[in-house]
Amino acid sequence: MTPASRPLSPHLQVYRWQITMVLSISHRATGLALSVGTLLLAWWLVALATGPQAFAVAQGFLGSWLGKLLLLGWTFSLFFHLANGIRHLFWDAGYGFENKTTTATGWAVVLASAALTVIAWVAGLAAMAG
Amino acid sequence: MSADRLRSPLGRALGLGSAKEGVEHWWLQRVTAVALVPLTLWFVAALIAHLGADHAVAVAWLRSPFTAVAMILLVVATFVHMALGLQVVIEDYVHHEATKIASLMLVRLACWALGAAALFAVLRVAFGS
Repeated sequence: MTPASRPLSPHLQVYRWQITMVLSISHRATGLALSVGTLLLAWWLVALATGPQAFAVAQGFLGSWLGKLLLLGWTFSLFFHLANGIRHLFWDAGYGFENKTTTATGWAVVLASAALTVIAWVAGLAAMAG
Repeated sequence: MSADRLRSPLGRALGLGSAKEGVEHWWLQRVTAVALVPLTLWFVAALIAHLGADHAVAVAWLRSPFTAVAMILLVVATFVHMALGLQVVIEDYVHHEATKIASLMLVRLACWALGAAALFAVLRVAFGS
């Protein structure tokens, strides 16, 4: 049976973009990105269990520019999903539903995930250099 | 609660409703989320501390009991959390019934396969070969 063509409620594009809706879809997007990233995690662990040659191949790929780009995306996705996930856990416990609060915690998540990504990469690059 | 009066005493006690499921999915996603907060932070710090490590160093790291247990917990929590999350994404966006069921099954099986491979790798390194 074909559905009757009734008027639909306005779709996403008519609404003004707000931090809360951007973070909501970003949580899902970073979750999907991290799911793809588990392929890298599984490969790295299996290579480690397989032996020095397989491990060298995996380490070589992760050290290449493409590997580093993927790791940069993975690091940011992880920290974002982690920080916003904690925000979700507070909502689950019943806290932080005021409009002002959701906006403030939203920006806090953006700042925290950016800062943690920078800190991790500065620490990582310093460890590689030193 | 007029709807509750229409339920059998057993149905009311189970509290599972028409979906035949209670809060297991929701709750397990939260439990794994809480577990993953310290585990992922530890994992990123450990990765940074072992960047560019050769095979012998990486194996020695994973063989220590603390690392091995933490990695087992990380792998299990990650793949359970991922399977639950991907399931919801599919249920939200895939509306064609056959495609939905096929995707749900494919994704769940892929999560198990990847998780099993990662877990086996950790155990093999931890117990030596």
